[in-house]
Amino acid sequence: MTDQGMIGAVAVVGGGISGMQAALDLADSGFFVYLVEKTGAIGGAMPQYNKVFPTNDCAMCIISPKLVECGRHPNIRIMTLTTVVDINGRAGAFTVRVLEHPRYVDPAKCIACGQCSSHCPQSVDDSFNILMAERKAIYIKYPQAVPLKYQIDPQACLRLNQPGACGICAEICPPGAVDFADRGQEHNLRVGAVVMALGFQPFDPGKTRAWGYGLYPNVVTSLQFERFLSPGGPTGGALVRPSDHRPVQRMAFLQCVGSRDKNRCNNEYCSTVCCMSAVKEAMTVKEASPEVEVTIFYIDMRTPGKEFERYFEQARTEYGIRFVRSRVHGIEPKGQKGDLRLRYINAFGKQVEETVDLVVLSVGLETPDATVRLAEKIGIHMTPDRFASISAFAPVHTSLKGIFTCGAFNGPRDIPQAVIGGSAAAASVAALLHPVRHTLTRTLPPPPERDVSGQEPRIGVFVCHCGTNTAGVVDVDAVAAYAATLPQVAHVARNLFTCAQDTQDLMAQQIRENGLNRIVVASCTPRTHEPLFRKTLKSAGINEYLIEMANIRNQNAWVHSQEPAAATAKAKDLVRMAVAKVSRQTARKPLRIPIAPSVLVIGGGVAGMTSALNLAEQGYRIHLIEKTNQLGGNALHLYQTWSGENVPRFLKGLKEAVQQHPQIEVSYSSTVATVGGHVGDFTSLIRTGPNRKRTIDHGAVIIATGAKRYIPEEFEYGKIPKVVAAIEFDKLHMHNEARVANGKSFVFIQCVGSRNQQRPYCSKSCCTHSIQSAIKLKKEAPDRRIYILHREISTYGQRERIYNQAREMGIVFINYEQHGPPQIRKSDNNGGVLVEVWDHVLHRPLEIRADMVILATATLANPEAAALASMFKLPLNRDGFFQEAHAKLRPVEFHVDGVFVAGLAHYPKPLEESITQALAAAAKAGRLLARKEIAQEPTIALIDRQRCDDCALCVDVCPYQAIRLTEYKDQDGVVRKAVTVEHVACTGCGICQGTCPKRGIDVAGFTTAQIEVQIDAALAAAPMAEGAA
Amino acid sequence: MNRNPIIIAFCCNWCAYAAADLAGIARLQYPGSIRIIRVMCSGMVHPEMVLRALNQGADGVIIGGCQLGDCHYIKGNEMALARSEIIADTLDDLGFAPEQFQLVWVSAAEPERLVRAFREMSEQLRAAPDGAEAETGP
Repeated sequence: MTDQGMIGAVAVVGGGISGMQAALDLADSGFFVYLVEKTGAIGGAMPQYNKVFPTNDCAMCIISPKLVECGRHPNIRIMTLTTVVDINGRAGAFTVRVLEHPRYVDPAKCIACGQCSSHCPQSVDDSFNILMAERKAIYIKYPQAVPLKYQIDPQACLRLNQPGACGICAEICPPGAVDFADRGQEHNLRVGAVVMALGFQPFDPGKTRAWGYGLYPNVVTSLQFERFLSPGGPTGGALVRPSDHRPVQRMAFLQCVGSRDKNRCNNEYCSTVCCMSAVKEAMTVKEASPEVEVTIFYIDMRTPGKEFERYFEQARTEYGIRFVRSRVHGIEPKGQKGDLRLRYINAFGKQVEETVDLVVLSVGLETPDATVRLAEKIGIHMTPDRFASISAFAPVHTSLKGIFTCGAFNGPRDIPQAVIGGSAAAASVAALLHPVRHTLTRTLPPPPERDVSGQEPRIGVFVCHCGTNTAGVVDVDAVAAYAATLPQVAHVARNLFTCAQDTQDLMAQQIRENGLNRIVVASCTPRTHEPLFRKTLKSAGINEYLIEMANIRNQNAWVHSQEPAAATAKAKDLVRMAVAKVSRQTARKPLRIPIAPSVLVIGGGVAGMTSALNLAEQGYRIHLIEKTNQLGGNALHLYQTWSGENVPRFLKGLKEAVQQHPQIEVSYSSTVATVGGHVGDFTSLIRTGPNRKRTIDHGAVIIATGAKRYIPEEFEYGKIPKVVAAIEFDKLHMHNEARVANGKSFVFIQCVGSRNQQRPYCSKSCCTHSIQSAIKLKKEAPDRRIYILHREISTYGQRERIYNQAREMGIVFINYEQHGPPQIRKSDNNGGVLVEVWDHVLHRPLEIRADMVILATATLANPEAAALASMFKLPLNRDGFFQEAHAKLRPVEFHVDGVFVAGLAHYPKPLEESITQALAAAAKAGRLLARKEIAQEPTIALIDRQRCDDCALCVDVCPYQAIRLTEYKDQDGVVRKAVTVEHVACTGCGICQGTCPKRGIDVAGFTTAQIEVQIDAALAAAPMAEGAA
Repeated sequence: MNRNPIIIAFCCNWCAYAAADLAGIARLQYPGSIRIIRVMCSGMVHPEMVLRALNQGADGVIIGGCQLGDCHYIKGNEMALARSEIIADTLDDLGFAPEQFQLVWVSAAEPERLVRAFREMSEQLRAAPDGAEAETGP
């Protein structure tokens, strides 16, 4: 379409993590975003979680910076308590009609002082704490909510239900923000595209009596249990049972409640996240109370994600969590004290009973009815499982052009998949709307910066409780009181969550009011949170580098939780060290570097091509290099997606689109020889064929180097011709080769080379792949006998449907354990293969005569990844896959800026996930390139001319050749040499600083003088620390 | 030594410091008398800083960097390793015990390794005869 009439704004519907990510990527890529959220605050489900798997990060701590970023982004308008009524128009120009429900509190006036809430006489069940605590009728959704504005629950409020009643909040509200006359308002949002990130609701197990939920108080849902574990939850993190607040001694998790179940509910699909979530919750319990007996009852432990299998193994072997493969078929009370009796069939086929104090139901995810109705009204096709119907080839595109989807609305998924989906949707919007990029956005000039260079330090110290994360161990009052006694400290404050939006505003205000010119934040780690606080300094009008963080949580409260006195003493030391260091901090200006508007994409498989095509459509120049002489990668071996879509046809179209796009240049038989430069300005030497080389300049890099397949050494592979690997079988099957055509009996063996000690990870797509092949074989000739020998069947998400289909068709599934793999030998008489496996139902060995044995082989990391990783300075995980910056919230980025990863290079995954991730990587690269220039960290080496004697020792040790001896003529015309630093090339490693005999060179922010005062400060109170310990 | 030895730990931003953060997330425990100073690279730590810490009363100094071969800055940890021999010789001349200055190489994903190094160093220093302490302490 032409760009006439296109609108450079986007409506993102749903303020959960997926919608937030889409909004941030879009707003940073030059589009104005309306972030439409139906509740009173953004954040979605994630703030309710205590921790996230498999990193065990505190969920609030990692989402908080993103909440704040959304809250203060000049190009994101958050519309809370707002629902979509209708969408009209076409791609490029939609009108989204929304209804903003009354908040009854004017957000412009509310200062979130909380007086209203403390005086409100009406308490109701708190939905954030899932009915396990109470809140007032006037409330905030959660303490770190963005926006942090109170709202009135119209169902609960006395005044709204009876005119003339109560009204205390309005009377006492200091700014007079309460407005009982508030009415709903309709708005028409004019946007070029819509992103539907509508999210999920947890399954309600109270719908039937089967699980005893709602009948017995000690049966809770997994989401309620998250609140129990959360320091901010109803029990303050103490593990006590709801009925009598006694500590829990024996507890059980029941998996697949509201998932994989057509009898007690109509959710046939697997909810994907509950296995890992249960493992995480169980681990959290064990960490706090190792004596608690924890059992997880499951059907299959599905651990298909990155590092999931190791996490599960760790839970089993190191944490002593008991796993029982059985569906519990009865929960009933035992005695009068709240104990619960569970009945199940054990591995030996015997009925067993067990008594526990607490049962956690691992509830599934489902799409709320209202969401389904909205989708129907707008015309978005839905699957039978009530999720948005999407093609694997266009995984964030609805059936309506210009309307995209992401997050759990596309099917149950975990946080990284939701984040990747959000970015992928943003990339797809950017490709559509790129002609009107930057037409509706605004840039706010930063507030003028005060020059504090001549001033005596006036240091402000902000001590963070981090809920109970820090304050539960460290005496934060004492630390704050101590900080106030330190020289040059002019202001001290304590905050429950320093990273919360309101605290940021408060900090800026306190910096201005107290004329502070140096800031210490005693909280978590600068690696995650310093960027946030820097922005706060900027908004307060002081240089963003005048900050130092004292890491009193990760490196103190959490690692000394058994020694509170020592931890408090150490916190004081850390604050003193930070105060000493920050007093010698100087203002710095970021180096502004122009960004080359082109991207190098390494790898011409589906992921690489998808990234390349999207970025080309966004208007950027792409160099796509492929090491073989054809595009397509591993997908060349695939025939269909799990839902039956034709891969070769899709691949043909994608290849043509890439080859024909004027903005994409494809180099075949090419690899990267060397890499130089940095974000915005990389220079790579590309080797093509045996002897051609050329240099490419590019602003960003996407690594999509794929993976390779495992060649089995087990199961007589290569020795018996009827034993083949899955990919080979597909080809034979395709051509109906004699072995397949005449075959009557087929045996699939799963987890060949995966999930063992050498490769403790799941290859993710093989279960689905084998089941598909099996179904096809059975459909061709229903009398074929087909067996799938498996360890777990990992048909996660809506793939469960084909697993059920296979079983209904009579395909036999037999479980084997890692220590008892099937045995294979040649049959003596008829040329077949004999497969022997232990039958867990019959409890005896079973011999299957097979015409073919198909091995579901592992996906291995590309061995060439190591060389690339070393060139770009990227980490690989233990299995050789690229290790992203953060498993949850930065799934396609690295700590090295400007480099992104997608596809199998990151981890084994099915095609649709590779495509989504490729779009996400394109979003990140596009977001970078849209800025046209970037600010490079000014953490670089600076020469002290007074001390430097130009000895040039630093020149030799610099790994980046950033330091040079430059010739110049002095005033007498004599040629001299002086050491100079090329700022753009300097990375700030400080090897020069560690080498210099004269203290003539220092890395800004880590100067020798600063390190010295930190040492001195660390040791100044040595006897005190000793006394406390 | 009848108290927890005071150790100054210079930790590189990319691996050792990140591992120390992860140690917190994993709730691994180590003695509360260890003080971490964040540096960009283990190669940034000047020998004078090690001496200064010991002279100011630290019982030990440990430098933590990325695994050898995996330095974020190509070869900073190798520089630190090369430099450590000179530092160790100097410390020996000054009468410090060898266990008072150590190095540890960890990846950002190996908090256990870092914590083990912290614990072991602390144990070694604690086991040191009081004479050595008197000789070096302020």
